[in-house]
Amino acid sequence: MNFQRIQEKLNILADAAKYDVSCSSSGSKRSNTNNGLGDSSGMGICHSYTEDGRCISLLKILLTNHCIFDCAYCVTRKSNDVKRAAFKIQEVVDLTINFYRRNYIEGLFLSSGIFKNADYTMERLIAVAKKLREEERFNGYIHLKSIPGASDELMYEAGLYADRLSVNIEIPTISGLKLLAPDKKHEDFTKPMLKVKNELIRFKNERKIIKSTPKYAPAGQSTQMIVGATGETDKDIMYSATYYYKKYNMKRVYYSGYVPVAEDSRLPSIGSQVPMLRENRLYQTDWLLRFYGFTVNEILNNDHPNLDVDIDPKLSWALRNLHHFPVDINTADKQMLARVPGLGIKSVHKIINARRFRKLNWDHLKNIGVALNRAKYFMICDSRNWERRDLDADRIKGMILKQSVGKFRNQYSQQLALFN
Amino acid sequence: MNLSKTLIYDGSFNGFLTAVFIAFEEKLEVVDIQRNSQEQGGLFSETETIFTNVEKAKRVWNGIRNKSNNSISQIYFAFLSEADGVELILYTYIRKLMSSKNGKQMDYSDGTVLRISKLARSVGREKHRMEAFVRFQLTKDDIYFANIEPDFDVLPLISKHFRSRYADQQWLIYDVKRKYGIYYNLERVEMVSLNLNEIHFNKIHKSDAFLNEEYDYQTLWNDYFKSTHIKSRINRKLHTQHVPKRYWKYLSEKKETA
Repeated sequence: MNFQRIQEKLNILADAAKYDVSCSSSGSKRSNTNNGLGDSSGMGICHSYTEDGRCISLLKILLTNHCIFDCAYCVTRKSNDVKRAAFKIQEVVDLTINFYRRNYIEGLFLSSGIFKNADYTMERLIAVAKKLREEERFNGYIHLKSIPGASDELMYEAGLYADRLSVNIEIPTISGLKLLAPDKKHEDFTKPMLKVKNELIRFKNERKIIKSTPKYAPAGQSTQMIVGATGETDKDIMYSATYYYKKYNMKRVYYSGYVPVAEDSRLPSIGSQVPMLRENRLYQTDWLLRFYGFTVNEILNNDHPNLDVDIDPKLSWALRNLHHFPVDINTADKQMLARVPGLGIKSVHKIINARRFRKLNWDHLKNIGVALNRAKYFMICDSRNWERRDLDADRIKGMILKQSVGKFRNQYSQQLALFN
Repeated sequence: MNLSKTLIYDGSFNGFLTAVFIAFEEKLEVVDIQRNSQEQGGLFSETETIFTNVEKAKRVWNGIRNKSNNSISQIYFAFLSEADGVELILYTYIRKLMSSKNGKQMDYSDGTVLRISKLARSVGREKHRMEAFVRFQLTKDDIYFANIEPDFDVLPLISKHFRSRYADQQWLIYDVKRKYGIYYNLERVEMVSLNLNEIHFNKIHKSDAFLNEEYDYQTLWNDYFKSTHIKSRINRKLHTQHVPKRYWKYLSEKKETA
């Protein structure tokens, strides 16, 4: 191993891959067979965290940062003056195996700039995965980034070795994409996605008949979009996400607050703030849609095209729909309980379990872990001193904000600090 | 009238279960269950030393498991917390469980149930962290070696995880605080008690025990760690919340800061 050369490449190619936010390493069903190396049948593990607080669970690198495209939002774009490098296939394999053996990572996340053309690049990504599986008998997690425009045959092969496949749609609206990535076409993203979706369905059906059918991308596919690079609303973003969830059976959609990496008149200028709070609200909304039984137009619609920054989307929905409240904790059904601000899914389960034994009061709820500072305005329980004033939405919001100390509070405070 | 008693056991989980068995069988009024290293006689109670009996322990284990699978794991996890007085809380919990008609649904409005579930959750969190924060270093003897120093005694809980993951390499995970380790010899995992005179923290100075290649990979990992963070998003508070400082001395990516 030429240590110095590898070191240099790793620095360049890890640095270029860090803007991809996907870090999931769960949801696969690949267990260790015949005493090989690795197992990815359980939940994913974050082995470390970056200094910006994101999970590190996979070795996330580009195969190369040479690229024939010139997308305005991307560090690796052709016109950007950065150092270029490329890994050899064996080098990526060695790094992955050695990091895995030391318990640094759950597996590999491999993406790439596009050199020559889509298929040439995609073939190389597949070669890495194939070598890991067949020569190293590696059962850890492999996430391959599909190259936009890759052919159906290659997408088929990729799924045989990878646990997850993803194509980033990058920009949530087609018009935004045209503006910022003139070389890319919308179909280049959706065609590989459709192929993967169809193969997933086909393999699943085949396994019903023939048990030994190999696995095809057992952790499904995901995608990512950049938030805040073009002028789209939260509604645009979430409607687009819902579309991908439904139409392409996405396991996850990721939202990535745009980090200014280029000086370009079409983009927010370098030094402008990364919209982290907005990103956070989008993830909260995504959660509400997937696990809490909300539909997207309840939260975002023409009257409310953007999410509130100062309160979470569930609270925001509840304040607009006070006629559904207060909810009686001791009788309400599961779905309605999940809609009470301050109640998470875990608390809902505990409440349903506990109320079989007795009627619950404030103390019980507090011990279970309900965020009463928010929940108390929206519920009644086995206690007589509930909030009985007839408060309107603004009053409730004011009272909740007054006593909350959210991590983003200073970002939306109107009040300037006297001493800083 | 039964005399109230303090039961003394050897500190093992089987020993504890045996004590529970005897308390049930002899209908004792138990005031406390203590491990023999920390016994403290009560003023008005008699002590009785319990000898671990695997058969009896097994009967208690099966009895609880038949009531609820979830409870048996909660009990085991909570026991490994080594919390002061956990034995008596567990005993109360087991009595409640055995006298309930339907053990499947536990009553989360009950103080004891809540207490046990909280302890179990802390131990579960520590287990998960140790699965994440183990950093193997390859020794010259071809053994992947790691130190850990968990708050709770989680080695028994993580052995299966590492066994199924690293089936083709020899490894040893050593608990610095409790002075014992688990060793996998390519066939099975064994408990080994060692007294290492030198603890291999991830120090900057190199130790003879490891290959040079080992330090190369540590450097690569360290570099990787550094190049993945995005400057404009830095959030050190969140970082230390996820990776508490007490673990840093065992993390190779943190060796410069620890």
